[in-house]
Amino acid sequence: MSLLSIALRNLRYRKLASFLTALSMALGVALVVLVLTVSGVIEKSLERTSNVGYNLIVGSKGSPLQLVFNTVFFLSKPVENVPYSYYMEYLPGDGRQREYAKLGGELKEPERAGLYSFLMQGGFAIPLCMGDYVGEFRCIATTPDYFGLLKHGDRNDQDYRFSQGRNFEDYSQEHGYFEAVVGSQVAAAMGLKIGDEIFASHGAESGDTHSQGFRVVGILEPTGNPNDRGAFVNIEGFYLLEGHVAPERDEESGLEKRGTAQGPERAGMLSKVRLPIQKREVTAILLKPNGFAAIGMEKQVNKTKFAQAVSPIGQIEGLLGVFVRPLRWALLALTSLVVIVSAISILVSIYNSMNERKKDIAVMRALGASRDHITAIILLESLLIALVGGFAGWIVGHALGPLSNPWTMPATGVKIDWMSVQSGWEWWIVPGLVLVGTLAGAIPAMAAYRTPVSRNL
Amino acid sequence: MSQQIDRALLAIRELKKHYDEPGGGRLTVLDVPEFDISRGEQVVLRGESGGGKTTLLHVISGIVRADSGSIELEGVDLMGFSEAKRDRIRATKMGYVFQTFNLLPAFTALENVRLGMSFAQSGLMGRRVAGGTTDLDRAKDLMDRVGLSDRMHYLPSQLSVGQQQRVAVARSLVNRPILLLADEPTANVDPANQDRIVELIAQQCEHEAVALLLVTHSDAVARRFSRVEQLSTINQALQRTPA
Repeated sequence: MSLLSIALRNLRYRKLASFLTALSMALGVALVVLVLTVSGVIEKSLERTSNVGYNLIVGSKGSPLQLVFNTVFFLSKPVENVPYSYYMEYLPGDGRQREYAKLGGELKEPERAGLYSFLMQGGFAIPLCMGDYVGEFRCIATTPDYFGLLKHGDRNDQDYRFSQGRNFEDYSQEHGYFEAVVGSQVAAAMGLKIGDEIFASHGAESGDTHSQGFRVVGILEPTGNPNDRGAFVNIEGFYLLEGHVAPERDEESGLEKRGTAQGPERAGMLSKVRLPIQKREVTAILLKPNGFAAIGMEKQVNKTKFAQAVSPIGQIEGLLGVFVRPLRWALLALTSLVVIVSAISILVSIYNSMNERKKDIAVMRALGASRDHITAIILLESLLIALVGGFAGWIVGHALGPLSNPWTMPATGVKIDWMSVQSGWEWWIVPGLVLVGTLAGAIPAMAAYRTPVSRNL
Repeated sequence: MSQQIDRALLAIRELKKHYDEPGGGRLTVLDVPEFDISRGEQVVLRGESGGGKTTLLHVISGIVRADSGSIELEGVDLMGFSEAKRDRIRATKMGYVFQTFNLLPAFTALENVRLGMSFAQSGLMGRRVAGGTTDLDRAKDLMDRVGLSDRMHYLPSQLSVGQQQRVAVARSLVNRPILLLADEPTANVDPANQDRIVELIAQQCEHEAVALLLVTHSDAVARRFSRVEQLSTINQALQRTPA
């Protein structure tokens, strides 16, 4: 018989102890794999969502992190708004004149191009209005460009696609300005389908519900980014809801002019009348200047008094560096302790069996087994336990990720794939743990090595 | 090689073994001036328990190192050998039958027999023995010869004591030893089976041309053999320190 089959026979003879020891090893390794996966997923999702297809977010002065949280992750609260006319300064080329012609209202020097258009170098700017909710989900009012111009995915090269329906239109013959697109998780959670009407509630989940609804014309394919959790409505329709009309302000004092927060007169839902420019505000502007202009743009914008430009990648990198990566270290240290505990349990299990096995060892010695043979058998036993436990734990750790998707995906917007190795660490941590488990067999192996033969026969 | 034919297979000279006594002093357990066994010879060593029988077998097999003297196996003195070398000699040249059988409970009867061959050659994988038969064939053959071909896959706990000792006999011979050491092989076997076990050992040793050194306190067992030595004459230590 080979030493390997002798070791196997010994493990089989002590089935329960072997199983429990391998189980504790498996749980330890599963925990480590899970921590690696989860922290990898967090990091990846942060990195991926920071890669949403625009370089800068412009918004009202305030916390840059809040602006990123609100705009990219749909978390936290919106910062203050900026006037729509300010957004128009970013429109490239003659975009500002076209926008003025389309919307109407009051605008200073309507004939000139936007002040920042020279820095845009032909890129794009997309306005967002936020603050309302659809059910528990954030309502994002924007233009069709949001899905037309932005791309997503790991390499930021995938177009947004619709599992059902289409993108909303600036104005449609059927629904006027009142079309909406919902993310995959919103559709699933609220049971929405094409043709359903969604209603935004004002300012908070529990806010007053606007009486004018939006017709769902498209459901996004899952993207794995926060857009899965967004309800997107046409910004033109959004401006026409009550409470969304910005009052005119006195230029000196900044005080509201009474009675100016009124929408325009409109003859029914299909009316083409829009809210004039001076009554519009935006919460954030997504910018993608072409070329290297983004760096200059950020500086230029931050010089102004009321607006800031934030690079989402920079903010998220900062967040990763301060919180997520150190947390991963802490979690890894913690789980490594768990594995050391499982390694010790291998040690204890084998060591405890040594007493009853002294005679067996002595018999094998009498049959001509050398001390090295005995040591090899014991080490093989711990290696087998560590290997089987480690492998099972690795499988379980990877399986738990995808199995937890139904619960974690709605919360994180991140889908964990089978066998997605989120960290290169795994390739040496898991074998390392198996090695530790095996070495745990070294102490009982030493005891076996020293077992005196003649006294135990 | 021709010289070896003249020499004894096993030649013991002036072999001494002491144990330290608790409270000081040394107890001499073995003092064997001369003891030889020829190739293929069957010898019974008769003596009461406590007479140093087991110690003598342990010393011959290299499990215990003697303090002085010489043990020559095939003309080679084992006294100077390291433990590893003695293990190797024991694995390749000697078989051992214990009073308490000492079958490993985790292994089936056949596996216990195969276990006897496992240590003659190191390596994690199994091996082939000379002559082209695998160790499995050899083990099965021996199981057949001790009359247990229908019990090969039984665990020791599922066998009677007589059957267990027969497995132990098969195990001791599986490695084609040149010397079989049997320590009271019938002491734990019921009287009806004692003769059969002794007969089996003697026959198989003869069949395989293996020299046998069997120690026993039983006259009934000793009667089966032509050369019977009294332990008390061989081991001088007994004459000085009666138990």
